[in-house]
Amino acid sequence: MTTFQKILRGSVLGIGALAFLFPFYYMVIGSLQATPDPTVAGAFPNPANLTIENYGAINERINLFQGLVNSGIFTGGVLIGTLVFGLLVGYALAVLQWRGRGVTFALALLVQVVPFQLLMIPLYVLIARDYGLADNYLGMILPFAINSTAVIIFRQYFLQLPKELFEAARIDGATELVLLWRIALPLVRPAVITVVLLTFIGPWNEFLWPFLITKDAGMQPLAVSLANYISTVAASAANPFGATLAGAAVLAAPVVLLFIVFQRYFISTDIGSGVKG
Amino acid sequence: MTTSTRTRADAPASAPGKRRTSRKQRVFGRHPLGLLFSAPYLVFVMLVFAYPLLYSVWISFHDFFFTAPGAQVERPFVGLANFVTAFSDPSVVRSFGNVGIFLLINVPLTVVLSLLLATALNRVTRFSTFLRVSFYVPYVTASVAVVAVWIFLFNGNGLVNQILGPAAPDPSWLINSNWAMPTIAFFVTWKQLGFYILLYLAALQGVPKELYESASTDGAGAVRQFFAVTVPGVRPATVLVLLVSTVTGANLFTEPYLLTGGGGPNGASASPVLIMYQRGLQQGQPDVAAAIGVVLVIVVLGIALLQNRFAGGKD
Repeated sequence: MTTFQKILRGSVLGIGALAFLFPFYYMVIGSLQATPDPTVAGAFPNPANLTIENYGAINERINLFQGLVNSGIFTGGVLIGTLVFGLLVGYALAVLQWRGRGVTFALALLVQVVPFQLLMIPLYVLIARDYGLADNYLGMILPFAINSTAVIIFRQYFLQLPKELFEAARIDGATELVLLWRIALPLVRPAVITVVLLTFIGPWNEFLWPFLITKDAGMQPLAVSLANYISTVAASAANPFGATLAGAAVLAAPVVLLFIVFQRYFISTDIGSGVKG
Repeated sequence: MTTSTRTRADAPASAPGKRRTSRKQRVFGRHPLGLLFSAPYLVFVMLVFAYPLLYSVWISFHDFFFTAPGAQVERPFVGLANFVTAFSDPSVVRSFGNVGIFLLINVPLTVVLSLLLATALNRVTRFSTFLRVSFYVPYVTASVAVVAVWIFLFNGNGLVNQILGPAAPDPSWLINSNWAMPTIAFFVTWKQLGFYILLYLAALQGVPKELYESASTDGAGAVRQFFAVTVPGVRPATVLVLLVSTVTGANLFTEPYLLTGGGGPNGASASPVLIMYQRGLQQGQPDVAAAIGVVLVIVVLGIALLQNRFAGGKD
């Protein structure tokens, strides 16, 4: 590889990284500006124009704490559903032999390509109207309750465990639940972290479904209340950009931090297998 | 639940295959417990995917309107009437054209950029963690949060126009009927690229090193190697990227809803899902909205089949 090619590759990657990171940097800078400065100079911190008042301003319009709590309950419910039931299916698909295993695996793959636009209207009719679960955490969680990508990832990891391990424990009289909990689960800990990370970003970032199903501002996840702020009330605020970007930073921060801390579990092979099967 | 689980588990567990297979085992397989473990997931799939899918098709062929919970009303079969109502509305037809423009920009750009960046990233040894993290960050962040920054960057006197000066479009990007949809397509490409880079990185691990070595001894340069070894080597991933980006693109809602204030200017960036929301839930015509959804899915399936046919090759 020639030096020229190395430099070219370096600059492509560098420009890429800049393009991906700059909007995040700009989000933070913009959220700290006392008066919005859209000029090129405004992209650099100016001590005379720095304030944290925007965070207070957005908190007055949308209750940030309540929004974070709602997002947390929504995400937490999906995580619990996915971890409990996803682990059970993943284990059954990889370790147990039963009739219907092939069909269940095919379903888990198929479900991932079902487009939400086809489900939107009937799910709204069923969950909000028939079951009366509008403005309800359960209604928010239900369509996402078990992440199928997670099921596939669990299966993939359980398949890699040696069969003898299970046979030996079964001869010792261990039940399948004990096997799963005591033997299989501790061995697939990296898969659990990958799944938590991958599942977390779904409901935390989801907009359309909770937007459809929550009208009560006190029930809305932060993504929905911030979107409502952007689309309706932003025009009437003194510094709408500062306040909006402050809200955006609060919404983005938990996921970005979680991702940076656990980035080494966000590995291409796991997630690739989850999508491809 | 635990007690019944245990008694069931003991039978196949204690004597694997030695005893004559019981009737239960012949019907349910060697570990009937597998079915029990999977039952919650299967119920979930039926409840949230299978039934609503069929229900959606049923709604699109019937006169359906919202009623109070529990109310019994006639929902007569109306044939294709909902489809006719939907597609005699120019804004619905336009939204399909809009999403077509979106896909024509977004899908090729996604494939080219993610493959290029993944190839470059795959060879790099220094800063690779930093680069990976920065490429994936937009993908893991909420669309609503990054949309806020893009509005700020692309509005009339935003940073982008400040840099472009007189070259900036007038009216500005998001309120310009020619630029609104392309700007959304650029945004979504940027936002989702990390995920496709991840898929390509996984595929690149599977391309045998020897192929590069033999191409190199045959005198092929880096560019030649890219087209002769890398591109064919990752073809299954390319098919997947095409499929996923098309399906994701057809689901477009949040971006036109927020970036262009509900599909503006004048419907130039309205997507079919946005129209479904407006017709179905805001104007109370879920039957017409379901019809739009059914057609959209058929169109997307058709595109996906064509992509698979032409990009999938003979393997």
